Amino acid sequence: MAVPVIDVQDLRTHLVTRWGTVKAVDGVSFSVAEGETLGLVGESGSGKSMTCLSLIRLTPRPASRIVSGSIRLDGDELTTKSEAEMQKIRGRKIAMILQDPMSSLNPVYSIGMQVREPVSMYHGLRGKSLTARAAALLSAVRIPAPETRLRAFPFQMSGGMRQRVVGAMAIAAPPRLLIADEPTTSLDLTIQAQYLGLLEELQHRHRLAMIFITHNLGIVSKICDRVAVMYAGRIVETGPVRQIFKAPAHPYTRALLESIPRLGARREHLTAIDGQPPDLARLPSGCSFAPRCPQVMDRCRVEAPPAFPVAPGQTSACWLHATA
Amino acid sequence: MIRFVLSRLAQSLVALAILSVVVFILARATGDPLQLILPMSATAEDYAEARRYLGLDRPYVEQYLSFVGRAVTGDFGVSLRARRPVIELLQERLPNSIRLAAFAMAVSLSIAFPLGVLAAVRKGTGLDRAAQVVAVLGQSLPTFWVSIVLVEVVAGRLQWLPAGGNDAGLASYVLPGFTLGWFVVAGMMRLLRSGMLEVLDSEYVKLARVKGVLEPRVVWIHALKNALIPVVTFAGIYFSILVTTAIVVETVFAWPGLGRLAYEGISARDFPVIQAVVLTTAAIVALVSLSVDCLYAVIDPRIRHGR
Amino acid sequence: MAAEPATGAALPLPDVQARPSTESRARRLPVFSLGIIALFVLVAILAPLLSPADPADQSLRNRFKPPVWMEGGTAKHLLGTDRLGRDMLSRIIWGSRVSLAAGVITVLIASAFGAAVGLVAGYYGGRVDVVLMRITDATMSFPVILLALILAVTIGPSFTNVVVAIAVILWARYARVMRGQVLTLMNLDFIAQARIAGAGAWRIITRHLFPNTLNTLVVLVTLQIGYVIILEASLSFLGAGIPPPTPAWGSMIAEGREFVTSAWWVSGLPGLAILLVVLAFNLLGDWLRDTLDPKLRQL
Repeated sequence: MAVPVIDVQDLRTHLVTRWGTVKAVDGVSFSVAEGETLGLVGESGSGKSMTCLSLIRLTPRPASRIVSGSIRLDGDELTTKSEAEMQKIRGRKIAMILQDPMSSLNPVYSIGMQVREPVSMYHGLRGKSLTARAAALLSAVRIPAPETRLRAFPFQMSGGMRQRVVGAMAIAAPPRLLIADEPTTSLDLTIQAQYLGLLEELQHRHRLAMIFITHNLGIVSKICDRVAVMYAGRIVETGPVRQIFKAPAHPYTRALLESIPRLGARREHLTAIDGQPPDLARLPSGCSFAPRCPQVMDRCRVEAPPAFPVAPGQTSACWLHATA
Repeated sequence: MIRFVLSRLAQSLVALAILSVVVFILARATGDPLQLILPMSATAEDYAEARRYLGLDRPYVEQYLSFVGRAVTGDFGVSLRARRPVIELLQERLPNSIRLAAFAMAVSLSIAFPLGVLAAVRKGTGLDRAAQVVAVLGQSLPTFWVSIVLVEVVAGRLQWLPAGGNDAGLASYVLPGFTLGWFVVAGMMRLLRSGMLEVLDSEYVKLARVKGVLEPRVVWIHALKNALIPVVTFAGIYFSILVTTAIVVETVFAWPGLGRLAYEGISARDFPVIQAVVLTTAAIVALVSLSVDCLYAVIDPRIRHGR
Repeated sequence: MAAEPATGAALPLPDVQARPSTESRARRLPVFSLGIIALFVLVAILAPLLSPADPADQSLRNRFKPPVWMEGGTAKHLLGTDRLGRDMLSRIIWGSRVSLAAGVITVLIASAFGAAVGLVAGYYGGRVDVVLMRITDATMSFPVILLALILAVTIGPSFTNVVVAIAVILWARYARVMRGQVLTLMNLDFIAQARIAGAGAWRIITRHLFPNTLNTLVVLVTLQIGYVIILEASLSFLGAGIPPPTPAWGSMIAEGREFVTSAWWVSGLPGLAILLVVLAFNLLGDWLRDTLDPKLRQL
């Protein structure tokens, strides 16, 4: 088995706030191979974004820090690197696409300046060759008339177009790992599909490992190979997409899948998950889903379950699946 | 862009026109200048003749129109007190005020900019707190108090710098410039700090860091330009304030500028001088305001393209 | 574990479940500012009772007595005496009346008028707005001190003149700011809904627009009081403000001008008084702004 592009083991990131220490990422482990897309799914506050920000060490300062755990990029340990070394990793080895295209581009600078910047940083190009490469990047994300677009400003572009520009900047190096943080949430439905198609194409062309953060299970089924479900800073279930959708093991995953209204299926009412996500500054001891779990047992309230294998490639962190 | 400039220009002219009327009325409201010019023994006939000579006996509307007509060509009449063309007095005094204001602005900006940006970047540290203290004090200390203390201590006791006048070269700019600029530093610094804090929190700055852009570049190139707009507005306002309220500083430091000219003019009920000073002041304010708006368009492409 | 360098990458907190943000708004009350303001207000109101001596009482024998904690000071004149032998403490106490009254009254008048203009201009828009804003701009560009000087020379210096001179120009600032606020509000749905429900102009302005702009107004008013107090002091300093014998901090500073290094208390103490009061109002205004409406950073 080849070394995965990114391999995270027991990552813990804590955030110090005035309400206490928040365990934003509480023992997360996963890995993504070249050409593979891992979906990171969960409600708001489950720790999806914090996990990915931890990978590039851009969590809010000075309040947060990676407390323990290991992050290996192509076998290279990242947690022990200095800030200067991390700056060389950001964008070049690990790139990220943010959620809101309307605010991710700097309004007072041209598209050209913002696309040239990474190209010049990563490849040291200048002048005409720099411009040519920047235009090539824009064509790669299927933006028509790229040379003219370089002179445009963000406010002159639509959301979908801007998100493509962000995509162009992300593949400028090209990186080894691309993290997409809900990139289509703010886009129109028709544009969403196009954008997802574009991401797949880019991934295929550059053999990227991709982490796709979303709360939308529909997108997961379309574009992800594997999925990791997060809850309260922990991964509760992971496995190949098909398997998880067909046979979800963890009660939370089950509840999530059940809460999606399906066309054609006759239902009396919409199912929602009872209760509220927990306050991450005051996590209950034991399984964090216990207060809301329909299948909770006594053991769950006392001890937090580790991940148990339930099927080939699929694990679930639930006492229901305890082996032995 | 041209349309933008032209429309702003037209608006400024309208404002100036309104002002000219107000000024005309107010100047005359200061009283009868003849009482101060003519000797005590002057008779009624002397008064009448002086009035005719100075054109003060014509109907007001006529006086106003001739005033405006000539003002447009730069002829502000003759100072009733100094018996010299007002335009000459302006030419002597105005540059001094502008130089002082420019000096104060330049010094203030070169202090306020780095301080404001650094205070935001190093939020919560000693530097930040010190900067905030400086800012709040700067806006709470009365200028004239600081000036007289400076005059007495630095110029009087220590004799490091001249106490007044502008004949000692750069040295004479220091005290009055510092006094004037002190509160500009305060205001600008706070604006920059809060603007930067807001911008540093934005998504596009986050993306710049994600791209691996080095932190100094993130702060000074990506962030700063976005924080500039309110700062530019205030730079304009402050410059106008500097030129117009310099009257206090000019008095304390015996600076031969526009403010002192106004003071002298008002005391002597010298209509032409008063009118000219106020109009010039207003014109300066309008000009600065116009430049500020043009500067916005340069900084922010959204404004340039008409939003 | 690597040492985390403290350099600047301070990103906003992503979605983290913690207690609702309403708590983060209410910061500690600005005790210092409120205390100072309360103190001076009390002193101003109770001046006749608190003042140890008649502020106009001259005594050439007792000129330039230093404050009690310095050599030569007496308990009879806690803060010393000025060049005419008048008691400094009394003069400062009485002077607070002038400064506070000038500050508060002027700002109230200017803000009332200016807010009205701003509300009307913002609500009606179109021609009304353009005309009102031209007038506002023209007014803003007139130098306050010049106007006060002119009034002082024509009608003679007085408290009323100071208030009038400042208010007549200050209102423009309120008009501008309020108009800006109204424009933002007009874009929101609730105004359209009020109109659909049949509300007339007066009702919309008073019931819907004004209450929502009150925050801005309060912040602006507080921040301006300090500015006006300094302005009044500057005018008194130039001789165009409150005329003698009424003690005004500005004219007191002017009187002590030549003695800054010798009898420093004559100019120093009134200056300190101004500093404290203005500082208190500025800090209070800042706190109000941070609590009520942080978007008003430009103020």
